[in-house]
Amino acid sequence: MWIAVLAASLGCYAEKLLGYLVPASVLESRAFRQISGLMPVALLAALVAVQTFAAGMALTLDARVAALGVAIVALMLRAPFLVVVLLAGITAAGLRMLGWAT
Amino acid sequence: MAQRDTEVFDVLLRYGDSVPPVATSQTPGSDRRRIQGKAISIGIATGAYALSFGAISVSTGLTVWQTQTLSLFMFTGASQFAFVGIVGAGGGLVAAVLTAWLLGARNAMYAVSLAPRLDLRGWRRLVGAQSTIDESTAMALAHPEPESTSRYAFWATAAWIYLLWNLGTLVGALGAAAIGDPNDLGLDAATAAALLALLWPRLVDRSMWATALAAAAVAVVLTPVLQPGLPVLAAALVAVAAARISGRRETR
Repeated sequence: MWIAVLAASLGCYAEKLLGYLVPASVLESRAFRQISGLMPVALLAALVAVQTFAAGMALTLDARVAALGVAIVALMLRAPFLVVVLLAGITAAGLRMLGWAT
Repeated sequence: MAQRDTEVFDVLLRYGDSVPPVATSQTPGSDRRRIQGKAISIGIATGAYALSFGAISVSTGLTVWQTQTLSLFMFTGASQFAFVGIVGAGGGLVAAVLTAWLLGARNAMYAVSLAPRLDLRGWRRLVGAQSTIDESTAMALAHPEPESTSRYAFWATAAWIYLLWNLGTLVGALGAAAIGDPNDLGLDAATAAALLALLWPRLVDRSMWATALAAAAVAVVLTPVLQPGLPVLAAALVAVAAARISGRRETR
C-alpha cells in the first residue's frame, strides 16, 4: 500500500512540475488540451457510477442509489460540498438502520 | 487558454462560495484584501471536504499516515478521492495509481498556462508546482491584471488550501480511525457523493454531459466482466474519443 501511495503521489507531483519544465508547445497541442480537459469528467463520472452501483464485480441497487439521489438534489440547490457528502452518508446510514435497504 | 477551460475555472470559482465577482478599478491594496478573503473562504471550503477525504480514506483501510501522505504530497483532491475510492472498492493498486495519474494530467495543463505569468525559478518552481491545482489556477486566471496581483492570488489561494486541506485531512482521518464499520455509517455512499460533487461544477455544457454519461455507462457495463478498478480506467478512453469527436467538429 505504501508503494502505491508514494507512486501515485510522486506521479501526480511530477505531472504538475512537467508543465513548468517542458516547452509550452509540447503540452499545448490541441489534442492534449482537449483530452486533459475531458479526462476528469470521464473518470469522475465513471467513479461515481461504480461507487454507486458496483459491489465487487456485481451490480446492485442499494441504499447508495437513494443517497446519490439526495446528493443530486443537494447539488442542484447549490449546497456546500460537506453538506452534500453528509446528507448522502446520513441517507444511506438511515436506510440501513431502518432495514429498508442494504 | 481555450474558452472552455476558462469557463470551467469560472464555475469552479463560483461554486461553493458566495463572494461576488471581482470588480475592476480598485486600488491594489483593497484588491489584495479581497483576494485574501476569497482565498480564505475557498480554503475553508476545501478544508471541509478534506474532513470527508480523511474519513473516507481511513475507512477504506489506509492508515492515518498514508492518508496524510496523500494530502501532503499528492495534493490534488480528485486524484486522492479516486485513489481511495478504487482501493475501497477492492480494485487493484495499479488501477488506483493509474487513475490518480490520469486525473492529475490536467494539472500539467494548468502549469503550462500559469508558467509565463508566474515566471518561477529554482526552488520556487518546486513549490509552485505543488501549488498548481484547480482553485489556485482559477484564482490566478480570474485576476489577470496586473501580473503581481495574479501571482498574489495564486500563492494566497494555494497557501490557505494547503494548510486547511492537510489540517482537515488529519482531523477527518483521526475521527474515522476512532469509529467502527464505515459502511454502517454510509461512508460508501458519502464517497460517491464526494466524487459527484467534484464532477458537478465541470458539467458546464452538452459535450461535458455527454462525456460523463458515456463514461458512466461504460464503467457500469464493464463492471461484471473486469476486475474492480479497470472499468474506470476503460472509461478514460471515452475522454479520448470525446476529444477526437469535438476536435473533428472544430475543424469542420
